Amino acid sequence: MSLVQESILMQEMPFHMIMNSLMSHDEHIPSKGMYDHDITSIIPQIILALPFVMVLVLYIVAVAATNRKYKRWPSIRTACWVTGCLLAIGSVIGPLAEQGFVDFRAHMVGHLLLGMLAPMLIALAAPLTLLLRSLSVPLARRLAALLRSRLAQWLTHPIITALLNIGGLWYLYTTNLYILMHEHTVLHIFIHAHVFIAGYLFTVSIIYIDPMSHRTSYFTRAIILIVALAAHGILSKIIYAFPPTGVPADQAERGGMLMYYGGDLIDILLIFILCLQWYRAARPRLNKKAKEFSHP
Amino acid sequence: MTIRHQSAFDTLSAYSKRNLWSGALFGIGLAAFIDEAVFHQLLHWHHFYDKSTTDIGLISDGLFHAFSWFTTIGGLFMLADLRRRNVYWGMKWWAGKLIGGGSFQLYDGTIQHKLMRIHQIRYVDNVIVYDIVWNVIAVIMIVVGLILVARARKHTYARNAVSHDHE
Repeated sequence: MSLVQESILMQEMPFHMIMNSLMSHDEHIPSKGMYDHDITSIIPQIILALPFVMVLVLYIVAVAATNRKYKRWPSIRTACWVTGCLLAIGSVIGPLAEQGFVDFRAHMVGHLLLGMLAPMLIALAAPLTLLLRSLSVPLARRLAALLRSRLAQWLTHPIITALLNIGGLWYLYTTNLYILMHEHTVLHIFIHAHVFIAGYLFTVSIIYIDPMSHRTSYFTRAIILIVALAAHGILSKIIYAFPPTGVPADQAERGGMLMYYGGDLIDILLIFILCLQWYRAARPRLNKKAKEFSHP
Repeated sequence: MTIRHQSAFDTLSAYSKRNLWSGALFGIGLAAFIDEAVFHQLLHWHHFYDKSTTDIGLISDGLFHAFSWFTTIGGLFMLADLRRRNVYWGMKWWAGKLIGGGSFQLYDGTIQHKLMRIHQIRYVDNVIVYDIVWNVIAVIMIVVGLILVARARKHTYARNAVSHDHE
């Protein structure tokens, strides 16, 4: 089945609703019929932003508290954490989040930040390592056991996380889920939480910063990263060519290109870190024979 | 002295394939990078999306685009690894680079542009001229790369003969 047929079949929205949404997009004002009032109100934005604000503060408190007991926590990690949290907050609350309701380009910028850049910065900040050194020994042991559990292994396997991440995006932009997201507050919150969590799990399944008890090989992770990046690029072009329901063509084109090149930029960082980790792990070690040679 | 020479040479030939691979991966990446930077972004000859793109073309383009980012970075890290091990072999690396870059350009110029119709080199009437130049350059790169491989092999035999004479 061609992509055209598929996208036509996917559009199960009643025609007048599509027209309604198209018109409201053109005017850049959400019409009353399309969005209920609570979705554009501040409450769902606060629900999404509050967890980030809380962990932002908790991290800084934990750094300050544990620095007295252990080696100084690297400030670069704190900087990554603060930047990552602020970007995530900026994408779910405030002008960018509000513009995202009416403008697909703004929506896409928000998703690149929430689903890719913020999760990567947050993963680089090694929050679990900080948590482990903040907790008392028995609690830290229980957390370590939890991280080794079967469920944790499943949730951080790169194949699972790639499916969660890319599969979720695919479902969002090729069905009418995208327009439903703008109508139902609970769905809106759920999808944004999913985008962030899936982005975080994918990042930590590809690059290992925090302790990871069940590692997959560099080769496997490289292949999965390539396939995931390819699927991301293909989906961007599908959005470009076949706009999601309710998105005007010009916005879909700009949004698709933003997703394509923005995704490239962030994935290049991910590839660089993965290769750097390989480069460090594969460093030549002085073996016995070489030692004999240098010290006869 | 001969023994040390021999062992150093053995490690070099053991890494000979990795020199070729590092070069080939980086070559694929560089060709794709030039394609993106020069033909898409600077000249605007290539289009982001062409309506005649087949489904398989969309998939092939996506996979190669992602793969080439990885090979650019991964190929360079492999090169750094070869250098810190002191086993970098310029002729093999460049041979790989030309073969990798040429092969990608040939695949892009024949299968992706023509068969899968992802986009044309330039949207003009006499695009065939561009196609010929594009693919001939690709073939030249592959041929030069293969010649370098053959020369490197000759080099190996010659050095092998010399080291056997010493024994």
